This record gives sequence, structure tokens and C-alpha cells, in this order.
Amino acid sequence: MDDARLLNAPFDSPEAVLPPGHTYESVGEKVASIPLAPVSGTRWQWMLGLAVSLLFLLIFLVAIIYDVQQGVGIWGVRIPAAWAFAITNFIWWIGIGHAGTLISAILLLVNQQWRTSINRLAEAMTIWAVMCAGLMPLLHLGRQWLFYWLFPYPNTMGVQPQFRSPLVWDVFAVLTYFTISLLFWFTGMIPDLASLRDRARSGFARTVYGFLSLGWRGSARHWHNYQITYLLFAGLATPLVVSVHTVVSLDFSISLLPGWHSTIFPPYFVAGAIFSGFAMVLTLIIPIRSFYGLKDLITLRHLDNCAKLLLATGLIVAYGYLMETFMAFYSGNTYEKAIVLDRLQGRYAWVYYTVLFCNVVLPQLLWVRRYRRNTVLLFILSIAINIGMWMERFVIVVQSLSRDYLPSAWRIYGPTLWDWLTLLGSLGLFFTMQFLFMRLLPMIPISEVRELLHRQRGHTA
Amino acid sequence: MAQLFPRSFNNLSHASIYVALVLAAISIWLAVELAKSDYVTGVGTPLEQPVQFSHKHHVSDDGIDCRYCHSTVEKTDFAGIPSTETCMTCHSDLWQTSPILEPVRTSYQTNTSIQWQRVYRLPDFVFFNHSIHINKGIGCSTCHGRVDQMPLVYQFTALRMDWCLDCHRAPQTSIRPRSEIFNMEWTPGADQTRRGNELMRDYGIAPADRLTDCYTCHR
Repeated sequence: MDDARLLNAPFDSPEAVLPPGHTYESVGEKVASIPLAPVSGTRWQWMLGLAVSLLFLLIFLVAIIYDVQQGVGIWGVRIPAAWAFAITNFIWWIGIGHAGTLISAILLLVNQQWRTSINRLAEAMTIWAVMCAGLMPLLHLGRQWLFYWLFPYPNTMGVQPQFRSPLVWDVFAVLTYFTISLLFWFTGMIPDLASLRDRARSGFARTVYGFLSLGWRGSARHWHNYQITYLLFAGLATPLVVSVHTVVSLDFSISLLPGWHSTIFPPYFVAGAIFSGFAMVLTLIIPIRSFYGLKDLITLRHLDNCAKLLLATGLIVAYGYLMETFMAFYSGNTYEKAIVLDRLQGRYAWVYYTVLFCNVVLPQLLWVRRYRRNTVLLFILSIAINIGMWMERFVIVVQSLSRDYLPSAWRIYGPTLWDWLTLLGSLGLFFTMQFLFMRLLPMIPISEVRELLHRQRGHTA
Repeated sequence: MAQLFPRSFNNLSHASIYVALVLAAISIWLAVELAKSDYVTGVGTPLEQPVQFSHKHHVSDDGIDCRYCHSTVEKTDFAGIPSTETCMTCHSDLWQTSPILEPVRTSYQTNTSIQWQRVYRLPDFVFFNHSIHINKGIGCSTCHGRVDQMPLVYQFTALRMDWCLDCHRAPQTSIRPRSEIFNMEWTPGADQTRRGNELMRDYGIAPADRLTDCYTCHR
């Protein structure tokens, strides 16, 4: 079925998610052929992509070493804006991860078949994003080598972290998120790793995939245990979709700073996280499905559904922007009004208007079905939203801080070269992991797509 | 197809889970215990000093008061290290030719200080003041131990922050009357808590929540 005919398939029909023509064998062959391709069969585009990512990773390493050696003074952070790029990057990265968890956990529990082809990719994206996110607050520490002070452990100081502070909750939220995401992702991959083991021609690949597949034989008992474990992980991961970014938002809303001290922050942050996460999912899957010829597994229906979620969460985010501004004036609070007026007219106004354009105006295109299925437009839009969401966090963090209660302390923040290198470098880490993942592991869950195929056959028979 | 891994891998893979957990637990426990150990903190080990000065001899046998040498302990943050002249008040007459005192005589004749090795080291971000402790009822032996029984002086405590806080959180357990500050043999009595609370009131000591504010010691 080609793209045009696919669009006319009924919304709920399995054909819309998995076009006919595939067999159990062809699904496995198609997905497994990518990681099992011999080294000589590595495509030059992939190598170029990895090389560029590695270059940025190297920049990241240099930026990290310089930061540890010199301290955070190499960045533009100065009182009152003691939080800036690193914290903005942290919120942005951890937010991106949220789409992966939503796809893998919530959409599984509500039995959405279209999650099947993209969940592995989205979960992988979550893990790399959380890795990038977790590094940011650590780099932001004055003495990075004392990072373990964040944990409650029997120390010689006789003091424990301040459990009333959301910054401590953050540590646990992010670590829980990383652990669950990693285990969920790996557990889901075990049957596919066994599949790769059985298909691998080289002894080395067979040993590595065999080791990772933990002795999977595909017996009924294995499948039974696997299904229960997978569902349990989905249950554990579901609350994380809302809890992690809620805790991140509390870092701000629990403080008394105008522009931060707001009860709308938790839902507004969670919606923003899923919004930016789906943008990143689209940024990744649109080139991947085209490059690896996976358009019959990641169909336009998938893109269309992602776009709808983008629109829905984008509207919640827009509501958040509206309420922030409205509440400032409705409250009559002098300081709240001042911070909003500064946001609209001050030095960072251009950033704020770019945010509104990228996150509120542009997504309105997605009301139109034709645009939701235009891959080029979706790709550009997803990049714009990624940028817009980063800038939104920048406005929240930096603009609010640079104008606190004390006018004599006001100071405009400007990023230094090292701020930029840290941000770009973290992209290097993300894409290096992503490129390695695409080449070495099954990007699409073979066993789950086969299960879908099975149901589809039962349906049509 | 031949099996990739031998049968023993079944047991190995199961065991590896427990081994990893146990190893992780042991390493954390080891790191925590090592940080507190005398091996790391140097508690109980005398330092090599330029002169083998015996506190035991000077305090127990000769009955010299702490303040004869550590003369600023009641007035300033630093207890004071005696100048060579203080040593020479006695040693210009006693043990004039003893080889053990040769560095003291050299120091006196050449007008250069003896380079004593510091036994108690606090990090520079901790502000400690001897005089406030002396004047509010903390005796020498509470922190420095029975110096009158130490031939060569060594660290009695590691000055770990949790040790400081133990007392700052419950000062009444260690406070003694001002008259007993320099008494090496003083120990808390059975009614120490009651007596300590009385002394806290008499000496105007702030309650524990103020004694444990960060800026009490870190300014």
C-alpha cells in the first residue's frame, strides 16, 4: 500500500499502522539486516553522521574538562542569574525524554497499536536525553568531584541533604527515571536480541547478542514471564511521565521569585516536556524511516499521530503562556506584573516572541491533515519546536532571575563561548549514542511488530 | 547449531546478580568506614616532631598548667604555641647539656623558631575559636583527651564535622564548670544532663538550633 492509499484507510484499521505485504519473516529480515550488516556494508552517510557527532562529543569533553578545571565562572553565570544555560539544557533534555516514556508506557497500557513501530526508537531517545540532562546539573556544581554529596549516605559531616528542597527530589526523580527507562528499554529488547543472535553470521556478533539476550529461547514460559515484566515496567514508568517534570518544575515554583512562583508550573512543564519530546521523536524518525527505507513500518499514520499529540500538548503549553501572563495582572502583584512586562518589552523580549512563534503559532498548521502528513514540513516544524522549547526554558530561567526583587542587583545575562560549546557538545553526546544505537541494535521491535501482524491476520481471516 | 555458551553460564548469570549487589554494598561500606578510620584520619599516631617533647612529663610530673605554654587559649581563637624563650625559662638551668634539647638551644641562639608539626588541622573554611569554648565550659580534655598521659602528643579526635555537631546539637552533655576547664581528670558525673542544662543557662549558651546554623562555623 502506498502513502496515498494509506491515508484513506480507516483510522482504527491495522492496515493504517502496518500496511499489508509483510510476513513474519520479512519484518525480522528488514529490521535485523541493519545491525547485522557487515562492517564493510556500513553506509558512508552513517559514518559521516557518526563522525560529526563524535566531533561534537569531543567538544563536549573539552568543555567539561575546562569547566572542572576552571569552575563555572567560564560560563556567563553571574549573580543574580546564577542559573542559565546548564539548567536550561537540563530541563530541555529531560523534557525530550518524556515522549519516549509516554509512547512506551502509557500508549502500551491504553493499547495503542501505533506505538509498536516507534517505541524502541523513542525509548532509546529517552535514555540518551536523560544522560545529557543528568550531566548538566553536575557540570553546574562548583566542585563537581563532590557530586556524591547529593545523596544521603552515612557521611563524616553528620548532615544529610535538605529533604525539603526540590533540588534533592530532582536527584531521585532523574535517577529513578534513568533506571526505569534503561531497564524497560533493555527488557523489551531481549527477544529481538535473541533474534539477532540467531541470525548473526559472524561468531563475534553471535556471542555479543547471545550474551545480551540472557539465554532467551523463546519458550512459552519465557514469553509469559517477559509479558508480565514488560507490563510491570510499563506500570512503573507511567507515573514517571508526569512526576519527573513536575519535580523539575518545583525547583522553580517552590522558590519565591516572580516568574517562578506559580502553581501552574507542574502541568505546564509536563505538557511542555511531552510537546518537546514528540518534536524530537519526529526530528529523529522522519530521516530514519527515509534513510533506512522503513516507510512501511513507520508509516504516515505514525507521523500523523505524533503530530496530533504535538498539537494537543502545544495547546496546553499555549494555555500555560496565556495563564502566566493573565495571572500576573489578575493577581495585581507589582512584582509579577513587572516581570511579565519585562518579558514582553525587555532585553529578552525577542526570545519570548520567538518562543510564541515556534510553540504557539507554528503548531496551528497541524490542524490541517495535509500538513500533518507532509514529512518535510513536519521535520522543519519539529526542529522549530525543539528550538522554541529550549528558548522557553531560557526565558523562564534567565529572564526571571536577571530581574529579581532588588533592582540594584539586576544584571543582563549573556552566554559565553563555553555556554554554547556545552550545549552543542551535549547534542554531540546525544547523536553519538543515537547513531551507534541505529547501527548496532534493532531500532524497531521485531517481536512486537510480528505480534501486530498476527493480530492483523486474525482480523482479516 | 552448537550452543554458544556452556551450561555453567546458567549458574554464573544468576550468581552474577547477587555478586554484583554484594560487591556494590561492600564497596560503599568500605568507602564509608575507611573515611572514618584512624588509618585515614591519623588519630592515635604521634607525629615526628623536631624535639621529642613529652606532655605527660611536663603536665603530670611537673604540674605545669596548660596556659603556661598555650597562653592565648582564653583570649583568642588560637591556643598559642610557646616561643623558645618559654622553654628556656626552665631549660636555661635544667638539662642544659641534654642532647634531646639541642634543637631548642640552637633555636634560642640563632633566634629562629622551632618548626613544630601541627597535630590538629581544620580546613580553612571552618572558623574555630578556642576562647569561646574555654569560656563557655568546654574543657581541654573534652577534645584533646588526656594530654597529661601522652608522652608524645597525638590526635585524640579526627575533628570530623559529625563529631563537632554531636556536641553542638547537645552541648549539655559536655559542659563543665569553668573551674574545671584545665582539670585533666574531670569526667561527666551521673547528673551531667541536669548540671549541663544549668550551666548552659548560667553561661548564656544559645540553644542547639542556633549552635548548628551553618554560619556558626562556616562564615
